[in-house]
Amino acid sequence: MKLNEDQQAMLDGKYGEGAAYAMKIQVGIGECFDAERMVPIKRAHVALSNQAGDLWFAEKLVAAGAKCRVAPTVNPGWSLEFFQKGWPDLTDADIEHMQRTDNAYRTLGAVLSYNCTPYVATNVPNFGEVCAFSESSAPPYVNSVWGARTNRESANSALCAAVTGCVPEYGLLLDENRKGDIVVHVEADMKSAYEYHCLGMMGDKIGEGLPVFVGLPKVITPEALRNFGAQLNTSGAYGMYHIVGFTPEAPDLETALGGKKPKHEVVITDKDLKDFAEKFSDENDGKIDFAMFGCPHFTLEETKYIAEHLEGKKLAVPMYILVSSHAAQMADRMGLTKVLNDAGADVVPDSCPDQPVWHFLKGKTGVTESPKCAYYPRRRGLKFVLRDLDGCIEAALTGEVK
Amino acid sequence: MGKRFACHKISEGCATAEVIKTKERIMFYQVRPEDGMMDEKDHEIRGKIIAKKVLIFPGGKGSSVVQQDGLYHLDRFGNMPSALIVSDPDPVLVAGAIIMEIPMVDRIDQEFYDTVKDGDQVTVNADEGYVEIL
Repeated sequence: MKLNEDQQAMLDGKYGEGAAYAMKIQVGIGECFDAERMVPIKRAHVALSNQAGDLWFAEKLVAAGAKCRVAPTVNPGWSLEFFQKGWPDLTDADIEHMQRTDNAYRTLGAVLSYNCTPYVATNVPNFGEVCAFSESSAPPYVNSVWGARTNRESANSALCAAVTGCVPEYGLLLDENRKGDIVVHVEADMKSAYEYHCLGMMGDKIGEGLPVFVGLPKVITPEALRNFGAQLNTSGAYGMYHIVGFTPEAPDLETALGGKKPKHEVVITDKDLKDFAEKFSDENDGKIDFAMFGCPHFTLEETKYIAEHLEGKKLAVPMYILVSSHAAQMADRMGLTKVLNDAGADVVPDSCPDQPVWHFLKGKTGVTESPKCAYYPRRRGLKFVLRDLDGCIEAALTGEVK
Repeated sequence: MGKRFACHKISEGCATAEVIKTKERIMFYQVRPEDGMMDEKDHEIRGKIIAKKVLIFPGGKGSSVVQQDGLYHLDRFGNMPSALIVSDPDPVLVAGAIIMEIPMVDRIDQEFYDTVKDGDQVTVNADEGYVEIL
């Protein structure tokens, strides 16, 4: 790979040890994928996770004196403001860990947005813009919906890109790799954002490649597209897809496929989605202990929808709605938070389900509409039953799933 | 000397260890740190140990955090795989291997895949660009 003078100087340590380390990692990635050069970016998103490995790497960069040239938005750990001392099962070590993560990313110069859906509001690229997005739901949205260009960065490589201000040019940054090679005929009834969660979980059936979806409705909400991308990267590794007649690089099937024949075609039916949902839920006796939404973060619109359904009612089990701090503030101002709190629901800003603040739910069974919400916290001993949003709300009101 | 095959370096280093193969993608988050056992529900190699082995698999899956963090936890117990051989690398896995300093290679002749089996001793020499079945 050829570096320009400034990039070579960075690799050689002219901008400090931290920038040199970040550049070395990116050059390694570039060489793996036969990139010929590094190209500049103005936008990045880092999937901060507050996991031990994340903190280790961020502090390693801090110790080496790294500073972000491009200030990236970041994913949530858990909110130090919302979860106060005394929250059940939250240890001093957990609090110290989150504080160290917060400090490390502040020192690196990140935008402390703590939100996993930057592509909806806070960090939206233009068509064709080259950027570095990590967080599994982000590259599919950025590439497919906005027509911007990012590879499926890891949390670490996106942070390196923020430090160096450039990315190796390969993969989805190049025209020839943005064409579909699988056609997915959707015959299922895509009636709400929930069905897009399930459709995204069809990775095994779709197979490896760049899928082109046909048969989807004319109007698809940001929430549905968020769910779709999140699950495509839970069930498989998809950085991009096309929806014919909807996403900007797929005006028609032929263009989406780059004029070539697909390597295979797949049909997805209602039965596929239903079979998935039934198989996916953990074993349960119909009773649930809590409801959790917001993996990825729920929007203000969804928060409003739940509030409208809970107004004047009382929940049988606690409900946690995870949102961005922006959505939380709007919910406060609009009086939604009060409605939800009165019903027994919490609007939780800046937080992720896969964090130690939820350890008090270990061994308990929750209901959620997001497979990803269930998938990752399983290793912490939380169990989940999957239902659509209306089914979840109903279950939280009665304490039982239907 | 055993049978050598050319490969392409992804992450530098050299290691020799016993092979474990799987046709399924791997997320290191789903491997138990304490003993390096694959713990993912319904995974082809569920219950098997990948610690200190040459792991042959198609590539990674999952969110942008899971590989490096998963490997980091394995490393704390000394249970990382010794080397990784993949056929379809993705940036999340590649960054994880480079940062955690595990040798990783790809682009090996199909004959290697047809020949190698679980339990074989294999050397992965990323620096010199070969793998060898001992």
